[in-house]
Amino acid sequence: MKIGTPKEIAEGENRVAMTPDSAKALQKLGYDCLVEAGAGVKAGFADSVYEEAGVTVVDGAEALWAQADVIAKVRIPTTEELERLTPEKTLITFFNPGGNTEGLELAKAKGANVIAMEMVPRISRAQKMDALSSMANIAGYRAVIEAGNNFGRFFTGQVTAAGKVPPAKVLVVGAGVAGLAAIGTSTSLGAITYAFDVRPEVAEQVESMGAEFVYLDFEEEQVDGAATGGYAAVSSPEFREAQLAKFRELAPEVDIVITTALIPNREAPKLWLADMVAAMKPGSVIVDLAAERGGNVEGTVKDEKVVTENGVTIVGYTDFPSRMATQSSTLYATNIRHMMTDLTPGKTDGQVVHNMEDDVIRGATVAYQGEITFPPPPPKTKAIAAQKPKEKAPELTPEEKRAAEVAAFKAQTKQQVTLLGVGGVLLLAVGLVAPASFMQHFIVFVLSVFVGFQVIWNVSHSLHTPLMAVTNAISSIIILGALMQIGSGSWLVIILAALSVFMAGINIFGGFMVTRRMLAMFQKS
Amino acid sequence: MEFGFTTAAYVVAAVLFILSLGGLSGQESAKRAVWYGIFGMALAVFATLIGPGTGLWLLSIILIAAGGIIGMYVAKKVEMTEMPQLVAAMHSLVGLAAVFVGYNAHFTMKAVTSGHDPHGTFAELVAHKTSVELSILSVELFLGVFIGAVTFTGSVIAYGKLAGKVTSKAEKLPGGHILNASAAAISVLALFWYMGTGGFFPLFLMTVCALFIGYHLIMGIGGADMPVVVSMLNSYSGWAAAAIGFSLGNDLLIVVGALVGSSGAILSYIMCKAMNRSFVSVILGGFGSTGGPAMEVEGEQIAIDADGVAGALEDADSIIIVPGYGMAVAQAQQNVAELTRRLRAKGKEVRFAIHPVAGRLPGHMNVLLAEAKVPYDIVLEMDEINEDFPETDVVIVIGSNDIVNPAAQEDPNSPIAGMPVLEVWKAKQVFVSKRGQGTGYSGIENPLFYKDNTRMFYGDAKASVGELLNRIS
Repeated sequence: MKIGTPKEIAEGENRVAMTPDSAKALQKLGYDCLVEAGAGVKAGFADSVYEEAGVTVVDGAEALWAQADVIAKVRIPTTEELERLTPEKTLITFFNPGGNTEGLELAKAKGANVIAMEMVPRISRAQKMDALSSMANIAGYRAVIEAGNNFGRFFTGQVTAAGKVPPAKVLVVGAGVAGLAAIGTSTSLGAITYAFDVRPEVAEQVESMGAEFVYLDFEEEQVDGAATGGYAAVSSPEFREAQLAKFRELAPEVDIVITTALIPNREAPKLWLADMVAAMKPGSVIVDLAAERGGNVEGTVKDEKVVTENGVTIVGYTDFPSRMATQSSTLYATNIRHMMTDLTPGKTDGQVVHNMEDDVIRGATVAYQGEITFPPPPPKTKAIAAQKPKEKAPELTPEEKRAAEVAAFKAQTKQQVTLLGVGGVLLLAVGLVAPASFMQHFIVFVLSVFVGFQVIWNVSHSLHTPLMAVTNAISSIIILGALMQIGSGSWLVIILAALSVFMAGINIFGGFMVTRRMLAMFQKS
Repeated sequence: MEFGFTTAAYVVAAVLFILSLGGLSGQESAKRAVWYGIFGMALAVFATLIGPGTGLWLLSIILIAAGGIIGMYVAKKVEMTEMPQLVAAMHSLVGLAAVFVGYNAHFTMKAVTSGHDPHGTFAELVAHKTSVELSILSVELFLGVFIGAVTFTGSVIAYGKLAGKVTSKAEKLPGGHILNASAAAISVLALFWYMGTGGFFPLFLMTVCALFIGYHLIMGIGGADMPVVVSMLNSYSGWAAAAIGFSLGNDLLIVVGALVGSSGAILSYIMCKAMNRSFVSVILGGFGSTGGPAMEVEGEQIAIDADGVAGALEDADSIIIVPGYGMAVAQAQQNVAELTRRLRAKGKEVRFAIHPVAGRLPGHMNVLLAEAKVPYDIVLEMDEINEDFPETDVVIVIGSNDIVNPAAQEDPNSPIAGMPVLEVWKAKQVFVSKRGQGTGYSGIENPLFYKDNTRMFYGDAKASVGELLNRIS
């Protein structure tokens, strides 16, 4: 089969759905590749480069649409383009099925199969063809570059011979793919970056990118992002108020605001109101990535850059990916190529098998064999595992705490009393049989063991070796016994006692010396 | 004959000894505490020399001085890595001295009871005893000799194992613990025999049995259990002194013996707890058999060279070093300390994590690091630092194995299951400096080496750390 890519006809669109590299990969799948003459020029891919990659260059859109069995393009097709479809053809493109009923009807009437790239479900397996994410990534990066272009200062703070430069403060609203890309770019340029999102679970991601998450003082069970496929949901009015209040507080401080807040299939929420724009310092820049859907900022003009009365620049471009056409074409073409891989179960036979049982293909298909198949049924696999509710340690009431303490105290008392009781009975039992002279020594012994236990538990772990050396030295107290015997009349006793004295002498001096040596080494930093 | 001054001096000495042990609760107070111990000992010896030990005091002083010179020479010369051997060797001296003193007590008692004139202080004491007291005395000295003899051979074997003169593997004679049990049974029989006849032969027979028990018991214990063994022998030497104190009727001996005995017992308990094993299982030797097959370890050990480790250290902010016996063997502590100094000079947080049973002696690693002038406030215990691993960028494990084995927590069938370990695998990156691919003392595979965030840095620890020093200035 043949796969073809026409030249984008939308004005200002620089991207192309097939690059020479992706064409090579498609050919390995068994497809013949066609491209309309001049389709890749604006993205930096000349016709000759395509030809070198084995792609047939076709003159004119009409001819290309007629020859190709699969058409891959970027922008939402126009009526004129859709008219060229026939029942055997498959169209892969951004389609905006939610707001393009007319297009859907036309596709249905033509009987062609249409795969909408923005409908690729957000599951792990489909990430490689998630064109929304790859485009959002570029948009986020470009938004910061665009902001820097319109911002008269450094991002990073510097202390130079010519004076001190404060770092720029950047606020990113919405921490989706675009937001995170913007955060990453902004922090790597050295700006102090703050980020806000209605989904509290992204705070960790934000912080991992080096930005500070702006928390609201708001007590509400916030909707878990997992329920909506990782996208934000509409928030309650109270929540919105708290959010706006926070933004109002931040507005005079921040130099650059990048808004990326989108809710699927809805107008973009207005988050940065006129008073906040007015509160910003002159020279500040706002980049509104939601401009296509009406914008997050009051005062955004779609596709234009406006400067307010107080000198704040609001950038409302919608073509950020297109402004980096080489990069975005490469990524988009790769997404398309992965989609084709999934559509080609034969791997090398170049035959499209449109498997409507497949979660990903079913989800992305909006028109199939003369039927509108939008919206798709919910996917079998959930996009993101539901957040486990954090286990809270049960707050103990003061009474419960008190009760636990009393119980622990009682248990301890019981244990000690038992031990003391047993010990006392044993002592008494010994005392009944042993003579008084023995008991005298025995009491001393028991008390010493007791003192020993009390004292040794306090010894620091790191001093265990010195402890052993010291106990070693003082256990040579046995020398006293030898000294007492050395005055005996028997030669045997004298010799043995003399040997003991000698050995204990080694021990006493050796033990104490080595302990001192060790302890002298311990130093504080 | 009463010696009021001697008794007073003994009380003061006992207090000084207690203060000396209590002072070891902190590094600074410990420096003072040693002096308490030294003065206590000097006072005790002095009081005995001018009091009950008056006979032949010149000979006593010469002998003490001669012993002292040898002791000081050894203490000056010994390397810090040889500390375990030294401690074990010194225990053996105490044990042997206890045997000799016990024998002397026996001879004196014999002499007095057979009608000779009491000669010397101890003999006079014996002469005043009733028959019940005499039989108690014989039990006491019998016990003292028994414990002393076990301590003596046990310590000699422990010394040999620690010094590498005897194989550090657990070895038993055919018959195993039955031999020990029968030796102990013979000793008990000998006690009754001795009480009946009062002859020297049963005492001697028991001594031989005790010497054998000491030898055989310690031979059956492997190298890594040495911390327990050494502290156990420490404890025994104390009990031996206490038993001799009973037979001689000397309270200071009893007090000090009890202090040392309980100190050793507590140390043994701490060590056993750190290995999650009961005292009995350590003493009976070897790791017990387990209920099921050990968990299969998947993956491979990935090696890394010095450049890689140095690069990671340059990037890291927080670093924890986990030293083990391997560091002591390789004498790598000076290089490790130098590395620490350089990293700290770059503003990185460097700390040490010490497992209670790291090394061959309780607190062994602390002493080695102190010798290399690592400040003690960055050397932390397991409980203090275990929670910090997840926030740590780089962990370097130098010559330790079982104490960082995640199987202790993850694999219920592992022989070391339940043993508290340092959770190094939770750190972002782990480097293991190790000589080769072998397993640790317990012969257990270590899943840590196969983890994704672990890299093996093969080679002698001293040379490996030296390589790092060449790259980090």
